[in-house]
Amino acid sequence: MKFSGKHALGMVAAFLLVAGVAKLALSDDHDGDHGRQVIGNGSENEEARLRRMQPSNPEWLAECGACHIPYPPRFLPAESWREIMIGLDDHFGSDASLDARTAGEISAFLEQNARRKKTIPDASGKYPLRITDSRWFRREHARAASRVKDDPKLRNLANCGACHMQAESGSFSEHDVRYPF
Amino acid sequence: MLRVGVSLVSLLVMLMGLTMQPAFAETPAEVLAIFKAEAAGTSGFKDFSAARGAEFFKSKHGGEWSCASCHTDNPALQGRHAKSDKLIQPLAPSANPERFTDMKKVAKWYKRNCNDVLDRECTPQEKGDVLAYLLTIGK
Repeated sequence: MKFSGKHALGMVAAFLLVAGVAKLALSDDHDGDHGRQVIGNGSENEEARLRRMQPSNPEWLAECGACHIPYPPRFLPAESWREIMIGLDDHFGSDASLDARTAGEISAFLEQNARRKKTIPDASGKYPLRITDSRWFRREHARAASRVKDDPKLRNLANCGACHMQAESGSFSEHDVRYPF
Repeated sequence: MLRVGVSLVSLLVMLMGLTMQPAFAETPAEVLAIFKAEAAGTSGFKDFSAARGAEFFKSKHGGEWSCASCHTDNPALQGRHAKSDKLIQPLAPSANPERFTDMKKVAKWYKRNCNDVLDRECTPQEKGDVLAYLLTIGK
């Protein structure tokens, strides 16, 4: 094959096009549609299908996901999310403040997709602010809790990805659990 | 004729590729200039100092954390969030070209992180010193 300047130009062009598309796809700034979206990737097995059905939102993914895994809205009731989003300037000891527009959008997304099961507040009328303090969470992680406590590498129960291999993409199925201990 | 057509298509595809690159809002040098304009309005300002920025970056300021607690002593490397353990991409623009290219993001993170490290917002002098330091870091 003759390697002409034209070929080279074509290859550069194709590369730039692919790079441009990839860049857009990877960009965490979204100026377009801020509506409810679904996560979709990988082959369509049962797990992938479930993941695809998870509600997602670009601002939630970018902002919450900047510091920790973007915890799924279904893990806390709307009352809890409301309280968390009001207190972002002291978010468990860190300043996670957002501009009002972004915070408003994320709040709406979290509350719309929050845990539907009735959550009973504690004696002082407060709802859990930490997922790890929720009754359902403690019940499901009773055995893991004692193991995690003794392992400095795992740090704490909020480190979902230590055992839930698909936590980043929002799947917490028992099939994806691998105990590192 | 066909050759001309192919060239034209190549050119068009190339131009599309170029225009599809999301343009960075600012360059790190422009961000530094913005800090400089802010600092110029404060008393006693002379210039930014990379050495002072490095010292500031690596020191604790009365609290539990320094900048380096999450970004490591070498900002050309990946860091980890001191609490959540989440991977943090390098902070030095030489290692991560996206850094300091969006003033909105720069302002957001300086506000948050200065509050976490110093329990107050940083001065324009401090912000400029740190950026001057980060810009001295090679690949």
